[in-house]
Amino acid sequence: MTTVVTRGLSPVRQVLPNGAVVLVQETAFSPAVTISASFRAGSLYEPDDLTGLAWLLGRVIDRGTATRSADTIAEALDDRGVALRVSTNRHVLTVSCTCLSEDFPDMLALMADIIREPVFPPDQIEKRRAETISLIRQDQDNPAIRASESLQSLLYGPAHPYGRPAKGSVETIERVTREQLVTFHTRRFAPGSLTLLIVGDVSATRALDHVAAAFEGWTAPDPVDRPVPPVAPAASRRDTRITMTGKSQTDIAYGFTTINRLDPRYYGYSVMNNILGQFGLGGRLAENIRERQGMAYYAFSAFDPSLGPGPLVIRAGVDPANVDRAIAAIDAEVGALGREGPTDREVAETRQFLIGSVPRMLENNQSIATFLHTAEFFGLGLDLDRRLPALLNAVTMDDVRAAAADVLRPERASLAIAGPSARPDAD
Amino acid sequence: MAVSERVLHQPSLREARLDNGLKILIQEVHTAPLVSVWCWYRVGSGDERPGLTGVSHWVEHMNFKGTTNIPRDEMKSIVERFGGMWNGYTWIDQTTYLETAGKDALDTLLFIEAERMEHGLYEPEECESERTVIISELQGGENDPDQLLDTEVTATAFRAHPYRHPTIGWIEDLRSMTREDLYGYYRRHYVPDNATLVVVGDVERDDVLRRAETHFGRIPAGSPPVRRRAAEPNQIGERRVLIEREGTTGYLKFAWHAPAATEAEFFPMLVLDAALTGAKGTNIWSSFRGAPPQRKARLYTALVERGLASSVSGSLVATAEPFIYSISLTAMEGTALASLESAALDAIERVREQGLSDEEVARARRQLKARLVFETDSVTNIAHQLGYFETIVGDGFVHRMRPAVDAVTTEQVNEVAKRRLARDKRTTGWFQPVERRV
Repeated sequence: MTTVVTRGLSPVRQVLPNGAVVLVQETAFSPAVTISASFRAGSLYEPDDLTGLAWLLGRVIDRGTATRSADTIAEALDDRGVALRVSTNRHVLTVSCTCLSEDFPDMLALMADIIREPVFPPDQIEKRRAETISLIRQDQDNPAIRASESLQSLLYGPAHPYGRPAKGSVETIERVTREQLVTFHTRRFAPGSLTLLIVGDVSATRALDHVAAAFEGWTAPDPVDRPVPPVAPAASRRDTRITMTGKSQTDIAYGFTTINRLDPRYYGYSVMNNILGQFGLGGRLAENIRERQGMAYYAFSAFDPSLGPGPLVIRAGVDPANVDRAIAAIDAEVGALGREGPTDREVAETRQFLIGSVPRMLENNQSIATFLHTAEFFGLGLDLDRRLPALLNAVTMDDVRAAAADVLRPERASLAIAGPSARPDAD
Repeated sequence: MAVSERVLHQPSLREARLDNGLKILIQEVHTAPLVSVWCWYRVGSGDERPGLTGVSHWVEHMNFKGTTNIPRDEMKSIVERFGGMWNGYTWIDQTTYLETAGKDALDTLLFIEAERMEHGLYEPEECESERTVIISELQGGENDPDQLLDTEVTATAFRAHPYRHPTIGWIEDLRSMTREDLYGYYRRHYVPDNATLVVVGDVERDDVLRRAETHFGRIPAGSPPVRRRAAEPNQIGERRVLIEREGTTGYLKFAWHAPAATEAEFFPMLVLDAALTGAKGTNIWSSFRGAPPQRKARLYTALVERGLASSVSGSLVATAEPFIYSISLTAMEGTALASLESAALDAIERVREQGLSDEEVARARRQLKARLVFETDSVTNIAHQLGYFETIVGDGFVHRMRPAVDAVTTEQVNEVAKRRLARDKRTTGWFQPVERRV
């Protein structure tokens, strides 16, 4: 086998005459190919009173086209051992799958049909609607999801697209009509909004030939973009507590709004987040809450910037009796890193970790597809894997200190706590 | 060099054994500048005695808490300085530790695994602090109704065999276990002749062997306990579990006794599961995430497409001794568990009485063969599969899976459905949600 990825990625990028962007990376990991089609059709673009529309569309888009019934699609997928995945986030809806190399032409043609010509059969809408409502009910019973979604709502406000759950609510899902699905598809699914990734055991020439055939003749006006509405950072501490009897553990979500992905401070923030809640078992947070105090199985932070200012979220699951102690520990670690900054050793180790992680981020076809999509979506350059070490090496102690001082202020934290005994004196 | 060595079925795979009994599997994969190192121990929760349930998993936790030559806070950061990821897991037959990192990390990763095998510290205060961490892990699992139901159904399906208790252990054992229990268990089981070291990646075989000899060769052989597990008596009637607890959603679970990986019926059963609920594959590290291809699967069409369940999944995992085959269903809002159970059993009875068609079985076989390709797409996943099957079953099994799937006939699948999925061999569990107190 060849060492395609040893020297870094070398994707072939082509813009089709209709505006679609295609990226192909040949690899030799296994006789399989990952295909991933992303559109700017995430929840940001839903009407504000119809949250969950993009999510529901993702559940129905692959259940019937002008020329293939739901059953025909099911057979085509199942006969080849292929599970189609559809994911919806704030900005992007992605349809993807992994198939054997020999099935690549058939699967690409099927995906193109699903993307271009879905017919949203009414019976399928009803089935997927009912499933989505069941999923929302399950989420309502999950303390980790309740805490996370409540925190998003606190940070961004319930009306902001970043503050709403992607699945919407039972009320909005019940209201979605077939016409609204069709309209959303017509407006958002256009070649100018498509990034198609093909990664695996297929040459760029062969892949592009099949892409040309699958997307030939498809034209549609470019979707209108919607800027991310402004976000007002919290001026004071806020919290919300959700009592869920019958549960064993309480989930804490604690966070701040931060910067967008294209902000020049991005890499400094990444290093800061790694020190706070990632490095080792979960950075300083896990060292305190798990290792020193034995209070939680998990305590970590996650930094998730996008086109708009993303959140930095700290999460921990603790015994209901330890909620206040755990919050005090989070406050202490957040406050200390914010006030004093990291140590030289922490910055050096984290930088080394992030640089060393690059080859691992490209370990299989799916992870390469995700990496290349990020590079394309944010315009970071297709040689990002090779430039990352220099970008990370350029991060200085002052950058990390400034990031920590900007964000890590307990007096401005937002907290959501969900569990059996949200208050020590209740339940 | 004190190793015996031979070439196995794959040209790039080498097997060796050190004088102290440590088995080593090395596969060169030069598609990325990475190496994945896994150290497997033939010990899991199925080896625990009553009163010490959860000890294997707790020992796994302790083995990240420092050794004679690696301070606790360095156990993970050493790997991360190479950009590596690390982890470990414990299940009924095995405990394993892994790192995947840039290939330059190889020597360091072998050093860590050798330290873990020989020099775990088990400081009393670290054991105590980990007790509450594990209880927190257990409580987090209890927050998930499906997991709660799974624990109860498994415990009900077995009367005697130690597969009955959850790997994390029963809470009272976690409260009472001592540091000496942990350390004694560690010393008995963490010996080279009870372990397999797997190295896969952009490495050179002779170099790996030399380094492995340097790091592990001086560790004395032990006398790993002979595995003695109580045999499960034949089940003679249906068993049922009902959990009524605050929640929003009903869950239904069936379990039947399944063949061990080495039994002739294992592959027909795997094909049966693929036909009923969609093929997952055999890699428990990666294949069970996300939905399988299942839109034409019998139980999906009978229950999800008919709007009675919002999801269906099946689970058959390769194990050393007979474990369970389970089918899990999430009730659609508004569907009573009784109706869902009756529809599910109708569909299963139809399969038992009328059999699956050749077409369904052929599809299931194709799905499984595709999944066997997908689940070895990275050095980490290849290494998992090599070590898992070596530890559970032994010699070369992983390379016999594809022909074994190919050889399964419709008759074998139908026979296995008829006999294995019988009512008197079944355990049925309900999670019946009740309204939350405000």
